[in-house]
Amino acid sequence: MSTAENATVEAGPEWGPLQWAGAVLAWLWVLVPLGYGLYQLLIKIPALFG
Amino acid sequence: MAAGFLERERIIAPPGWSRWLIPPAALSIHLAIGQAYAWSVFKSPLEAGLGISGVASALPFTLGIIMLGVSAALFGTKVDANGPRWAMVVASTCFVSGFLISALGMYFSQYWLVVLGYGFVGGIGLGIGYISPVSTLIKWFPDRPGLATGIAIMGFGGGALIASPLTSQLLSAFGGSGKTPNVHGIALTFLVMGLIYAVFMSVGWLLIRVPPENWKPAGWDPSQARQGTLISRGNVSALNAIKTPQFWLLWVVLCFNVTAGIGILERANPIFIDFFSGTSPATTIAAAAVGFVSILSLANSLGRILWSSLSDYLGRKNMYRIYLGVGALLYLAVTLVTNTNRVVFLICAIFILSFYGAGFATAPAYLRDLFGTYQVGAIHGRLLTAWSTAGVLGPLIVNAIADERIAAGVQGPGRYTPAFMIMIGLLIIGFICNELIRPVNEKWHEPSAETASTAGANA
Repeated sequence: MSTAENATVEAGPEWGPLQWAGAVLAWLWVLVPLGYGLYQLLIKIPALFG
Repeated sequence: MAAGFLERERIIAPPGWSRWLIPPAALSIHLAIGQAYAWSVFKSPLEAGLGISGVASALPFTLGIIMLGVSAALFGTKVDANGPRWAMVVASTCFVSGFLISALGMYFSQYWLVVLGYGFVGGIGLGIGYISPVSTLIKWFPDRPGLATGIAIMGFGGGALIASPLTSQLLSAFGGSGKTPNVHGIALTFLVMGLIYAVFMSVGWLLIRVPPENWKPAGWDPSQARQGTLISRGNVSALNAIKTPQFWLLWVVLCFNVTAGIGILERANPIFIDFFSGTSPATTIAAAAVGFVSILSLANSLGRILWSSLSDYLGRKNMYRIYLGVGALLYLAVTLVTNTNRVVFLICAIFILSFYGAGFATAPAYLRDLFGTYQVGAIHGRLLTAWSTAGVLGPLIVNAIADERIAAGVQGPGRYTPAFMIMIGLLIIGFICNELIRPVNEKWHEPSAETASTAGANA
Protein backbone atom coordinates (compact mmCIF):
# COMPACT_ATOMS: atom_id res chain seq x y z
CA MET A 1 0.00 0.00 0.00
CA SER A 2 2.90 2.25 -0.63
CA THR A 3 2.06 5.79 -1.53
CA ALA A 4 5.24 5.90 -3.55
CA GLU A 5 3.53 3.60 -6.02
CA ASN A 6 1.02 6.32 -6.71
CA ALA A 7 3.31 8.98 -8.01
CA THR A 8 0.81 11.44 -9.31
CA VAL A 9 1.36 14.53 -11.33
CA GLU A 10 2.87 15.93 -8.17
CA ALA A 11 4.45 13.75 -5.52
CA GLY A 12 2.40 13.44 -2.34
CA PRO A 13 3.51 13.58 1.27
CA GLU A 14 4.45 10.37 3.05
CA TRP A 15 1.72 8.79 5.14
CA GLY A 16 1.69 9.31 8.88
CA PRO A 17 0.44 6.79 11.47
CA LEU A 18 -3.09 8.25 11.22
CA GLN A 19 -3.34 7.55 7.49
CA TRP A 20 -1.97 4.04 7.94
CA ALA A 21 -4.44 3.33 10.73
CA GLY A 22 -7.27 4.56 8.51
CA ALA A 23 -6.16 2.35 5.63
CA VAL A 24 -5.88 -0.73 7.87
CA LEU A 25 -9.34 0.00 9.29
CA ALA A 26 -10.80 0.37 5.79
CA TRP A 27 -9.49 -3.03 4.74
CA LEU A 28 -10.57 -4.66 8.02
CA TRP A 29 -14.04 -3.16 7.48
CA VAL A 30 -14.50 -5.36 4.41
CA LEU A 31 -12.21 -8.29 5.17
CA VAL A 32 -13.63 -9.18 8.61
CA PRO A 33 -17.22 -9.72 7.34
CA LEU A 34 -15.83 -11.55 4.30
CA GLY A 35 -13.75 -13.77 6.58
CA TYR A 36 -16.85 -14.51 8.66
CA GLY A 37 -18.75 -15.49 5.51
CA LEU A 38 -15.89 -17.64 4.25
CA TYR A 39 -15.61 -19.42 7.61
CA GLN A 40 -19.35 -20.14 7.65
CA LEU A 41 -19.00 -21.55 4.15
CA LEU A 42 -15.90 -23.66 4.74
CA ILE A 43 -17.37 -25.48 7.74
CA LYS A 44 -20.14 -26.85 5.49
CA ILE A 45 -17.81 -28.24 2.82
CA PRO A 46 -16.54 -31.34 4.74
CA ALA A 47 -20.10 -32.77 4.56
CA LEU A 48 -19.56 -33.04 0.81
CA PHE A 49 -16.93 -35.70 1.41
CA GLY A 50 -18.58 -37.29 4.46
CA MET B 1 -24.60 21.65 0.83
CA ALA B 2 -25.63 18.09 0.02
CA ALA B 3 -25.06 18.64 -3.69
CA GLY B 4 -21.53 19.83 -3.08
CA PHE B 5 -20.75 16.77 -1.02
CA LEU B 6 -21.77 14.51 -3.89
CA GLU B 7 -19.96 16.48 -6.58
CA ARG B 8 -17.06 14.91 -8.41
CA GLU B 9 -14.78 17.87 -7.60
CA ARG B 10 -15.08 17.04 -3.89
CA ILE B 11 -13.62 13.58 -4.35
CA ILE B 12 -10.60 14.25 -6.54
CA ALA B 13 -7.79 12.48 -4.68
CA PRO B 14 -5.28 14.76 -2.98
CA PRO B 15 -1.56 14.18 -3.60
CA GLY B 16 -0.37 11.08 -1.81
CA TRP B 17 -3.74 9.31 -1.82
CA SER B 18 -3.18 5.57 -2.18
CA ARG B 19 -5.09 3.80 -4.91
CA TRP B 20 -5.23 0.76 -2.60
CA LEU B 21 -7.94 2.59 -0.64
CA ILE B 22 -10.28 2.32 -3.62
CA PRO B 23 -10.85 -1.47 -3.48
CA PRO B 24 -12.22 -1.39 0.11
CA ALA B 25 -14.54 1.46 -0.93
CA ALA B 26 -15.77 -0.62 -3.88
CA LEU B 27 -16.05 -3.73 -1.71
CA SER B 28 -18.19 -1.89 0.84
CA ILE B 29 -20.79 -1.49 -1.88
CA HIS B 30 -20.41 -4.82 -3.67
CA LEU B 31 -20.26 -6.99 -0.53
CA ALA B 32 -23.56 -5.38 0.51
CA ILE B 33 -25.50 -5.61 -2.74
CA GLY B 34 -24.19 -9.16 -3.26
CA GLN B 35 -26.79 -10.03 -0.60
CA ALA B 36 -29.16 -10.54 -3.54
CA TYR B 37 -27.63 -13.98 -4.15
CA ALA B 38 -28.71 -14.99 -0.63
CA TRP B 39 -32.39 -14.21 -1.22
CA SER B 40 -33.21 -17.94 -1.09
CA VAL B 41 -32.76 -17.85 2.71
CA PHE B 42 -35.91 -15.71 2.90
CA LYS B 43 -37.94 -17.99 0.65
CA SER B 44 -39.03 -20.72 3.08
CA PRO B 45 -39.96 -18.31 5.92
CA LEU B 46 -41.96 -16.16 3.48
CA GLU B 47 -43.78 -19.17 2.03
CA ALA B 48 -44.61 -20.60 5.47
CA GLY B 49 -45.35 -17.25 7.11
CA LEU B 50 -47.57 -15.77 4.39
CA GLY B 51 -48.80 -18.99 2.75
CA ILE B 52 -47.44 -18.04 -0.68
CA SER B 53 -46.09 -20.29 -3.45
CA GLY B 54 -42.48 -20.85 -4.41
CA VAL B 55 -42.99 -18.85 -7.59
CA ALA B 56 -44.38 -15.91 -5.59
CA SER B 57 -41.55 -16.01 -3.05
CA ALA B 58 -39.02 -15.80 -5.92
CA LEU B 59 -40.64 -12.63 -7.33
CA PRO B 60 -38.63 -10.05 -5.33
CA PHE B 61 -35.36 -11.67 -6.43
CA THR B 62 -36.40 -12.03 -10.07
CA LEU B 63 -37.62 -8.44 -10.23
CA GLY B 64 -34.43 -7.31 -8.47
CA ILE B 65 -32.20 -8.95 -11.10
CA ILE B 66 -34.32 -7.51 -13.93
CA MET B 67 -34.11 -4.04 -12.34
CA LEU B 68 -30.35 -4.51 -11.92
CA GLY B 69 -29.90 -4.76 -15.68
CA VAL B 70 -32.49 -2.10 -16.51
CA SER B 71 -31.19 0.49 -14.04
CA ALA B 72 -27.53 -0.16 -14.93
CA ALA B 73 -28.43 0.43 -18.58
CA LEU B 74 -30.61 3.50 -17.92
CA PHE B 75 -28.41 5.23 -15.35
CA GLY B 76 -24.98 4.18 -16.64
CA THR B 77 -24.35 7.49 -18.40
CA LYS B 78 -25.52 9.43 -15.34
CA VAL B 79 -23.18 7.41 -13.13
CA ASP B 80 -20.26 8.27 -15.43
CA ALA B 81 -21.28 11.95 -15.50
CA ASN B 82 -21.99 12.44 -11.78
CA GLY B 83 -19.18 10.33 -10.38
CA PRO B 84 -18.91 7.37 -8.03
CA ARG B 85 -19.87 9.09 -4.76
CA TRP B 86 -23.20 10.21 -6.17
CA ALA B 87 -23.78 6.71 -7.55
CA MET B 88 -22.85 5.02 -4.29
CA VAL B 89 -25.14 7.28 -2.24
CA VAL B 90 -28.06 6.66 -4.63
CA ALA B 91 -27.34 2.92 -4.65
CA SER B 92 -27.12 2.77 -0.85
CA THR B 93 -30.35 4.75 -0.47
CA CYS B 94 -32.28 2.51 -2.86
CA PHE B 95 -30.83 -0.75 -1.57
CA VAL B 96 -31.45 0.11 2.10
CA SER B 97 -34.91 1.54 1.31
CA GLY B 98 -35.72 -1.82 -0.30
CA PHE B 99 -35.14 -3.54 3.04
CA LEU B 100 -37.06 -0.92 5.02
CA ILE B 101 -40.07 -1.07 2.68
CA SER B 102 -39.95 -4.87 2.88
CA ALA B 103 -39.91 -4.66 6.68
CA LEU B 104 -43.00 -2.48 6.55
CA GLY B 105 -44.64 -4.89 4.12
CA MET B 106 -44.01 -7.86 6.39
CA TYR B 107 -45.17 -5.96 9.47
CA PHE B 108 -48.55 -5.33 7.80
CA SER B 109 -48.51 -8.71 5.97
CA GLN B 110 -48.60 -6.89 2.62
CA TYR B 111 -46.40 -9.01 0.40
CA TRP B 112 -46.69 -6.68 -2.57
CA LEU B 113 -44.66 -4.16 -0.57
CA VAL B 114 -41.83 -6.71 -0.33
CA VAL B 115 -41.92 -7.20 -4.10
CA LEU B 116 -42.00 -3.44 -4.66
CA GLY B 117 -39.40 -2.66 -2.00
CA TYR B 118 -36.81 -5.39 -2.37
CA GLY B 119 -37.43 -6.11 -6.06
CA PHE B 120 -38.09 -2.72 -7.63
CA VAL B 121 -36.50 -0.09 -5.35
CA GLY B 122 -33.73 -2.39 -4.09
CA GLY B 123 -33.12 -3.63 -7.64
CA ILE B 124 -32.37 -0.07 -8.77
CA GLY B 125 -29.80 0.05 -5.95
CA LEU B 126 -28.30 -3.20 -7.23
CA GLY B 127 -27.83 -1.85 -10.76
CA ILE B 128 -26.38 1.53 -9.83
CA GLY B 129 -24.28 0.01 -7.04
CA TYR B 130 -22.88 -2.67 -9.32
CA ILE B 131 -21.48 -0.22 -11.87
CA SER B 132 -20.67 2.60 -9.41
CA PRO B 133 -17.00 1.74 -8.72
CA VAL B 134 -16.11 0.02 -12.00
CA SER B 135 -14.88 2.90 -14.15
CA THR B 136 -13.15 4.49 -11.14
CA LEU B 137 -11.25 1.27 -10.47
CA ILE B 138 -10.25 0.96 -14.12
CA LYS B 139 -8.86 4.50 -14.05
CA TRP B 140 -6.93 3.95 -10.79
CA PHE B 141 -5.51 0.66 -12.10
CA PRO B 142 -4.80 1.20 -15.81
CA ASP B 143 -1.93 -1.28 -15.48
CA ARG B 144 -4.10 -4.01 -13.90
CA PRO B 145 -7.76 -3.44 -14.83
CA GLY B 146 -8.62 -7.14 -14.63
CA LEU B 147 -7.34 -7.39 -11.06
CA ALA B 148 -9.11 -4.19 -10.01
CA THR B 149 -12.55 -5.05 -11.36
CA GLY B 150 -12.04 -8.65 -10.24
CA ILE B 151 -11.68 -7.49 -6.62
CA ALA B 152 -14.90 -5.48 -6.72
CA ILE B 153 -16.95 -8.02 -8.61
CA MET B 154 -15.64 -10.80 -6.37
CA GLY B 155 -17.29 -8.74 -3.63
CA PHE B 156 -20.65 -9.17 -5.30
CA GLY B 157 -20.14 -12.94 -5.24
CA GLY B 158 -18.85 -12.77 -1.67
CA GLY B 159 -21.83 -10.74 -0.49
CA ALA B 160 -23.98 -13.86 -0.35
CA LEU B 161 -21.38 -15.62 1.80
CA ILE B 162 -21.93 -12.94 4.45
CA ALA B 163 -25.66 -12.44 3.99
CA SER B 164 -26.61 -16.10 4.01
CA PRO B 165 -25.50 -16.98 7.57
CA LEU B 166 -26.37 -13.47 8.80
CA THR B 167 -29.95 -13.76 7.52
CA SER B 168 -30.36 -17.26 8.98
CA GLN B 169 -29.12 -16.14 12.37
CA LEU B 170 -31.33 -13.03 12.44
CA LEU B 171 -34.42 -14.98 11.34
CA SER B 172 -33.73 -17.54 14.03
CA ALA B 173 -33.15 -14.87 16.71
CA PHE B 174 -36.41 -13.02 15.87
CA GLY B 175 -38.56 -16.17 15.49
CA GLY B 176 -38.81 -15.75 11.74
CA SER B 177 -37.73 -19.29 10.86
CA GLY B 178 -39.00 -22.83 11.45
CA LYS B 179 -42.29 -24.43 10.45
CA THR B 180 -44.44 -21.56 11.76
CA PRO B 181 -42.36 -18.41 11.35
CA ASN B 182 -43.52 -15.16 12.91
CA VAL B 183 -44.00 -12.59 10.14
CA HIS B 184 -43.02 -9.81 12.55
CA GLY B 185 -39.75 -11.70 13.05
CA ILE B 186 -39.18 -11.63 9.29
CA ALA B 187 -40.03 -7.90 9.33
CA LEU B 188 -37.46 -7.30 12.07
CA THR B 189 -34.85 -9.23 10.06
CA PHE B 190 -35.46 -6.97 7.05
CA LEU B 191 -35.26 -3.89 9.29
CA VAL B 192 -32.01 -4.87 11.02
CA MET B 193 -30.37 -5.93 7.76
CA GLY B 194 -31.32 -2.61 6.20
CA LEU B 195 -29.72 -0.73 9.08
CA ILE B 196 -26.57 -2.89 9.01
CA TYR B 197 -26.15 -2.30 5.27
CA ALA B 198 -26.75 1.46 5.66
CA VAL B 199 -23.77 1.66 8.02
CA PHE B 200 -21.63 -0.81 6.07
CA MET B 201 -22.11 0.91 2.70
CA SER B 202 -21.37 4.37 4.09
CA VAL B 203 -17.64 3.60 4.09
CA GLY B 204 -17.88 3.16 0.33
CA TRP B 205 -19.15 6.65 -0.45
CA LEU B 206 -17.01 8.28 2.25
CA LEU B 207 -13.77 6.67 1.04
CA ILE B 208 -14.17 6.73 -2.74
CA ARG B 209 -11.90 9.11 -4.65
CA VAL B 210 -11.29 9.74 -8.35
CA PRO B 211 -7.74 10.16 -9.69
CA PRO B 212 -6.58 13.65 -10.71
CA GLU B 213 -6.47 14.36 -14.41
CA ASN B 214 -3.44 12.82 -16.16
CA TRP B 215 -2.69 10.63 -13.13
CA LYS B 216 -0.87 7.38 -13.75
CA PRO B 217 0.84 4.83 -11.51
CA ALA B 218 4.51 5.48 -10.85
CA GLY B 219 6.73 3.70 -13.33
CA TRP B 220 3.86 2.87 -15.65
CA ASP B 221 4.15 4.16 -19.15
CA PRO B 222 0.99 3.84 -21.25
CA SER B 223 3.07 3.60 -24.43
CA GLN B 224 4.98 0.65 -22.92
CA ALA B 225 1.84 -1.05 -21.64
CA ARG B 226 0.75 -4.45 -22.92
CA GLN B 227 -0.36 -4.06 -26.49
CA GLY B 228 -3.00 -6.28 -27.95
CA THR B 229 -4.76 -6.34 -31.27
CA LEU B 230 -8.04 -5.59 -29.52
CA ILE B 231 -6.81 -2.84 -27.22
CA SER B 232 -8.16 0.45 -28.47
CA ARG B 233 -6.16 3.66 -28.55
CA GLY B 234 -9.34 5.66 -28.98
CA ASN B 235 -12.46 6.20 -26.88
CA VAL B 236 -16.00 5.33 -27.86
CA SER B 237 -19.09 6.90 -26.31
CA ALA B 238 -21.82 4.71 -24.81
CA LEU B 239 -24.23 5.88 -27.49
CA ASN B 240 -21.88 4.78 -30.27
CA ALA B 241 -20.72 1.61 -28.52
CA ILE B 242 -24.14 0.00 -28.81
CA LYS B 243 -24.03 0.65 -32.56
CA THR B 244 -20.94 -1.54 -32.96
CA PRO B 245 -21.02 -5.32 -33.60
CA GLN B 246 -18.36 -5.74 -30.89
CA PHE B 247 -20.80 -4.64 -28.18
CA TRP B 248 -23.51 -7.10 -29.27
CA LEU B 249 -21.06 -9.97 -29.77
CA LEU B 250 -19.82 -9.42 -26.22
CA TRP B 251 -23.46 -9.16 -25.08
CA VAL B 252 -24.13 -12.67 -26.47
CA VAL B 253 -20.86 -13.96 -24.97
CA LEU B 254 -21.78 -12.70 -21.49
CA CYS B 255 -25.43 -13.75 -21.78
CA PHE B 256 -24.65 -17.35 -22.74
CA ASN B 257 -21.74 -17.68 -20.30
CA VAL B 258 -24.05 -16.56 -17.48
CA THR B 259 -26.91 -18.77 -18.71
CA ALA B 260 -24.62 -21.81 -18.61
CA GLY B 261 -23.44 -21.01 -15.06
CA ILE B 262 -26.92 -20.34 -13.73
CA GLY B 263 -27.94 -23.71 -15.20
CA ILE B 264 -26.04 -25.42 -12.39
CA LEU B 265 -26.08 -22.68 -9.74
CA GLU B 266 -29.83 -22.15 -9.58
CA ARG B 267 -30.61 -25.84 -9.07
CA ALA B 268 -27.37 -26.98 -7.44
CA ASN B 269 -28.94 -28.69 -4.45
CA PRO B 270 -31.50 -30.84 -6.33
CA ILE B 271 -29.01 -31.56 -9.13
CA PHE B 272 -26.56 -33.06 -6.63
CA ILE B 273 -29.29 -35.09 -4.91
CA ASP B 274 -30.66 -36.36 -8.24
CA PHE B 275 -27.19 -37.33 -9.44
CA PHE B 276 -26.07 -39.20 -6.31
CA SER B 277 -29.23 -40.19 -4.44
CA GLY B 278 -28.62 -43.92 -4.90
CA THR B 279 -24.98 -43.89 -3.83
CA SER B 280 -25.28 -43.05 -0.09
CA PRO B 281 -27.96 -42.78 2.63
CA ALA B 282 -30.44 -39.93 2.06
CA THR B 283 -29.29 -37.92 5.09
CA THR B 284 -25.65 -38.09 3.97
CA ILE B 285 -26.58 -36.97 0.45
CA ALA B 286 -28.70 -34.09 1.82
CA ALA B 287 -25.77 -32.84 3.92
CA ALA B 288 -23.38 -33.32 1.00
CA ALA B 289 -25.71 -31.30 -1.24
CA VAL B 290 -25.43 -28.35 1.19
CA GLY B 291 -21.65 -28.70 0.99
CA PHE B 292 -21.91 -28.80 -2.80
CA VAL B 293 -23.85 -25.50 -2.88
CA SER B 294 -21.23 -23.96 -0.58
CA ILE B 295 -18.26 -25.06 -2.66
CA LEU B 296 -19.94 -23.71 -5.81
CA SER B 297 -20.42 -20.32 -4.10
CA LEU B 298 -16.73 -20.32 -3.24
CA ALA B 299 -15.78 -21.21 -6.82
CA ASN B 300 -18.06 -18.44 -8.11
CA SER B 301 -16.33 -15.85 -5.89
CA LEU B 302 -12.75 -16.98 -6.32
CA GLY B 303 -13.13 -17.36 -10.09
CA ARG B 304 -13.96 -13.66 -10.29
CA ILE B 305 -10.65 -12.47 -8.93
CA LEU B 306 -8.33 -15.30 -10.06
CA TRP B 307 -9.32 -15.61 -13.71
CA SER B 308 -9.93 -11.88 -14.10
CA SER B 309 -6.44 -11.10 -12.73
CA LEU B 310 -4.97 -13.64 -15.14
CA SER B 311 -6.68 -11.78 -18.00
CA ASP B 312 -4.25 -8.88 -17.44
CA TYR B 313 -1.49 -11.22 -18.68
CA LEU B 314 -3.23 -13.58 -21.12
CA GLY B 315 -5.60 -11.03 -22.67
CA ARG B 316 -9.37 -10.79 -22.46
CA LYS B 317 -10.20 -12.67 -25.64
CA ASN B 318 -8.05 -15.65 -24.63
CA MET B 319 -9.73 -15.80 -21.21
CA TYR B 320 -13.19 -15.94 -22.78
CA ARG B 321 -11.93 -18.71 -25.06
CA ILE B 322 -11.16 -20.64 -21.88
CA TYR B 323 -14.45 -19.76 -20.11
CA LEU B 324 -16.55 -20.77 -23.12
CA GLY B 325 -14.48 -23.49 -24.80
CA VAL B 326 -13.30 -25.32 -21.69
CA GLY B 327 -16.71 -24.65 -20.13
CA ALA B 328 -18.41 -26.51 -22.99
CA LEU B 329 -15.99 -29.43 -22.59
CA LEU B 330 -16.66 -29.55 -18.84
CA TYR B 331 -20.41 -29.65 -19.43
CA LEU B 332 -19.81 -32.45 -21.93
CA ALA B 333 -17.76 -34.34 -19.32
CA VAL B 334 -20.59 -33.99 -16.75
CA THR B 335 -23.09 -35.25 -19.33
CA LEU B 336 -20.94 -38.26 -20.26
CA VAL B 337 -19.55 -39.20 -16.84
CA THR B 338 -22.93 -38.57 -15.08
CA ASN B 339 -22.82 -40.06 -11.56
CA THR B 340 -20.15 -42.68 -12.14
CA ASN B 341 -17.36 -40.51 -10.74
CA ARG B 342 -18.16 -37.97 -8.04
CA VAL B 343 -14.66 -36.39 -8.10
CA VAL B 344 -14.86 -35.65 -11.83
CA PHE B 345 -18.37 -34.26 -11.36
CA LEU B 346 -17.17 -31.97 -8.56
CA ILE B 347 -14.11 -30.73 -10.44
CA CYS B 348 -16.19 -29.97 -13.54
CA ALA B 349 -18.89 -28.15 -11.53
CA ILE B 350 -16.29 -26.10 -9.62
CA PHE B 351 -14.58 -24.96 -12.84
CA ILE B 352 -17.90 -24.21 -14.58
CA LEU B 353 -18.93 -21.96 -11.68
CA SER B 354 -15.51 -20.30 -11.51
CA PHE B 355 -15.86 -19.46 -15.23
CA TYR B 356 -19.37 -18.14 -14.59
CA GLY B 357 -18.07 -15.66 -12.00
CA ALA B 358 -15.03 -14.81 -14.10
CA GLY B 359 -17.25 -13.93 -17.07
CA PHE B 360 -18.73 -11.07 -15.01
CA ALA B 361 -15.40 -9.89 -13.63
CA THR B 362 -13.50 -9.83 -16.92
CA ALA B 363 -16.23 -8.01 -18.88
CA PRO B 364 -15.39 -4.43 -17.70
CA ALA B 365 -11.73 -4.84 -18.65
CA TYR B 366 -12.77 -6.31 -22.03
CA LEU B 367 -14.98 -3.24 -22.58
CA ARG B 368 -12.11 -0.95 -21.67
CA ASP B 369 -9.88 -2.72 -24.19
CA LEU B 370 -12.50 -2.34 -26.93
CA PHE B 371 -14.02 1.07 -26.18
CA GLY B 372 -11.48 2.91 -24.00
CA THR B 373 -12.14 4.44 -20.59
CA TYR B 374 -14.23 7.44 -21.68
CA GLN B 375 -17.69 6.05 -20.86
CA VAL B 376 -16.81 2.50 -19.84
CA GLY B 377 -19.18 2.62 -16.85
CA ALA B 378 -22.16 3.50 -19.04
CA ILE B 379 -21.24 0.86 -21.61
CA HIS B 380 -20.88 -1.70 -18.83
CA GLY B 381 -24.32 -0.73 -17.57
CA ARG B 382 -25.84 -1.44 -20.97
CA LEU B 383 -23.99 -4.76 -21.19
CA LEU B 384 -25.56 -5.91 -17.92
CA THR B 385 -28.92 -6.31 -19.68
CA ALA B 386 -27.31 -9.57 -20.86
CA TRP B 387 -27.25 -10.67 -17.21
CA SER B 388 -30.94 -9.88 -16.75
CA THR B 389 -31.75 -11.89 -19.86
CA ALA B 390 -29.61 -14.81 -18.70
CA GLY B 391 -31.16 -14.58 -15.22
CA VAL B 392 -34.50 -15.46 -16.80
CA LEU B 393 -33.19 -17.77 -19.57
CA GLY B 394 -30.94 -20.04 -17.48
CA PRO B 395 -33.40 -21.12 -14.77
CA LEU B 396 -36.18 -21.33 -17.39
CA ILE B 397 -34.23 -23.83 -19.52
CA VAL B 398 -33.05 -26.03 -16.65
CA ASN B 399 -36.27 -25.97 -14.61
CA ALA B 400 -38.65 -26.44 -17.54
CA ILE B 401 -36.71 -29.43 -18.89
CA ALA B 402 -36.13 -30.98 -15.46
CA ASP B 403 -39.83 -30.61 -14.52
CA GLU B 404 -40.88 -32.21 -17.78
CA ARG B 405 -38.42 -35.12 -17.32
CA ILE B 406 -39.47 -35.62 -13.70
CA ALA B 407 -43.13 -35.72 -14.80
CA ALA B 408 -42.13 -38.34 -17.38
CA GLY B 409 -40.67 -40.49 -14.60
CA VAL B 410 -36.99 -40.05 -15.55
CA GLN B 411 -34.62 -40.73 -12.64
CA GLY B 412 -31.07 -39.57 -11.86
CA PRO B 413 -28.78 -37.54 -14.14
CA GLY B 414 -31.07 -38.12 -17.12
CA ARG B 415 -33.31 -35.39 -15.75
CA TYR B 416 -30.66 -32.83 -16.72
CA THR B 417 -28.99 -34.30 -19.83
CA PRO B 418 -31.06 -32.32 -22.40
CA ALA B 419 -30.58 -29.07 -20.45
CA PHE B 420 -26.83 -29.62 -20.26
CA MET B 421 -26.70 -30.32 -23.99
CA ILE B 422 -28.43 -26.97 -24.60
CA MET B 423 -25.84 -25.30 -22.34
CA ILE B 424 -23.04 -26.83 -24.43
CA GLY B 425 -24.70 -25.42 -27.57
CA LEU B 426 -24.99 -21.95 -26.00
CA LEU B 427 -21.35 -22.00 -24.91
CA ILE B 428 -20.26 -22.94 -28.44
CA ILE B 429 -22.31 -20.06 -29.87
CA GLY B 430 -20.68 -17.77 -27.29
CA PHE B 431 -17.24 -19.09 -28.26
CA ILE B 432 -17.91 -18.30 -31.93
CA CYS B 433 -19.12 -14.79 -31.05
CA ASN B 434 -15.95 -14.20 -29.04
CA GLU B 435 -13.87 -15.29 -32.05
CA LEU B 436 -15.73 -12.76 -34.22
CA ILE B 437 -14.77 -9.82 -32.00
CA ARG B 438 -12.36 -7.50 -33.84
CA PRO B 439 -10.98 -4.06 -32.97
CA VAL B 440 -13.59 -1.29 -33.08
CA ASN B 441 -13.61 0.72 -36.29
CA GLU B 442 -11.94 4.10 -35.80
CA LYS B 443 -14.98 5.88 -37.20
CA TRP B 444 -16.64 5.32 -33.79
CA HIS B 445 -13.79 6.95 -31.86
CA GLU B 446 -14.48 10.27 -30.17
CA PRO B 447 -12.43 13.30 -31.24
CA SER B 448 -9.35 13.14 -29.01
CA ALA B 449 -9.68 16.72 -27.76
CA GLU B 450 -13.17 16.07 -26.43
CA THR B 451 -12.35 12.88 -24.52
CA ALA B 452 -9.07 14.25 -23.22
CA SER B 453 -10.92 17.01 -21.44
CA THR B 454 -13.63 14.81 -19.99
CA ALA B 455 -12.18 11.31 -19.60
CA GLY B 456 -9.91 12.32 -16.74
CA ALA B 457 -12.74 14.03 -14.95
CA ASN B 458 -15.21 11.25 -15.64
CA ALA B 459 -13.36 8.73 -13.51
